[in-house]
Amino acid sequence: MKSITKKITLGAVVIVAFIGYAYETYLKPSTTTPITSVTPTGTVATPTGTTGSTGATGSTSGTYKDGTYTGSVADAYFGSVQVAVNITAGKISNVTFLQYPNDRGTSKQINAGAMPRLSAEAVAAQSANVNIVSGATQTSQAFEQSLQAALSQAAA
Amino acid sequence: MRMARIIMGMPVSVDIIGTPTPEIFEKIFGYFTWVDETFSTYKKESEISRINSGELKLKDASEKVQKVFKLCEETKEITNGAFDIYKKDGTCDPSGLVKGWAIYQASFLLKAEGYENFFIEAGGDIQVSGHNEDKGPWRVGIRDPFKKDSLLKIVALANGEGIATSGTYERGQHIYDPRTGKAVTDLVALTVIGKNCYEADRFATAAFVMGNKALSFIQSRSELEAVVTHVGGKEEMTAGFNKYIVK
Repeated sequence: MKSITKKITLGAVVIVAFIGYAYETYLKPSTTTPITSVTPTGTVATPTGTTGSTGATGSTSGTYKDGTYTGSVADAYFGSVQVAVNITAGKISNVTFLQYPNDRGTSKQINAGAMPRLSAEAVAAQSANVNIVSGATQTSQAFEQSLQAALSQAAA
Repeated sequence: MRMARIIMGMPVSVDIIGTPTPEIFEKIFGYFTWVDETFSTYKKESEISRINSGELKLKDASEKVQKVFKLCEETKEITNGAFDIYKKDGTCDPSGLVKGWAIYQASFLLKAEGYENFFIEAGGDIQVSGHNEDKGPWRVGIRDPFKKDSLLKIVALANGEGIATSGTYERGQHIYDPRTGKAVTDLVALTVIGKNCYEADRFATAAFVMGNKALSFIQSRSELEAVVTHVGGKEEMTAGFNKYIVK
């Protein structure tokens, strides 16, 4: 019981942190606030960039350096899934889901109203209960935002 | 393996069970790029845009475009005009049918290469085939129109069905009744399960326009099932929808 509470708290911290990051990056594109890496204990977001450095340096724009970035999207209830995102000309050009959680042992029937999500696509992969989600068409912006929130160190 | 790309202004994802090649993914994404270049009303050089500008006559358009127009006409008749790609100013926008049609066509490309277990998703509409990674039915969540990070339902699709959702909760009011020109305000969301994604999408588009009459229309067609969310929050399903729901 205790470990689940811990997981939920951790997940909430992660989600709040990612939301804060996404706000900083997308709702204020003209700021020059340096990107701080959003890595609360337990989450991993380590880009393996093919161009540029892997360290977070000061950001002067809202776009991303071209390259391939691997990040973990952490889900409080089901564990994590890896995504590899290709950035071309500063925009997401491709997303590959590298692994699905295989451990079904800890999954449980989640009340459909309580599932936390970071992005529609990532959650579909993360969730032990669904493979994919149907909904009204999101803007591509919404999709990009939620996925980029997971790549906190991919900023140019 | 799953890959996603943004095409036609929306996320397109393809999940193929087994050992798919990079080439097959490129083929599918390439197909959607062709669909975008041919049918997009946002691209001046698309056949649709050139038809709308008068530069191209429908009878001179490509075979695939003419086929789509024919399907739109059939759908208009079946739905008594609730589905109509023509707007009052005489221009047309077939996107309410093209998306599901394209997803369905793309599934044939995968089958032709011998892939049997996959899904193709574009902008929230999905075509499944075969089984998922666990050799079970594809498990599809349906988004809650009122709670961004919640699911209304989870359904299990085991027979190559298509599922499509029409709704005004993502992009705001963008659905109009072609018969009256008025915005449709009875429903917030409607999800249709059909025997393939083409059927699901065209009827999700048409039925949404029917508002409070949507459910009885879907009910009247044996190969369709739907769940609707009314503006006030009330949720209703066709009688046969229950068989898809995973508890």
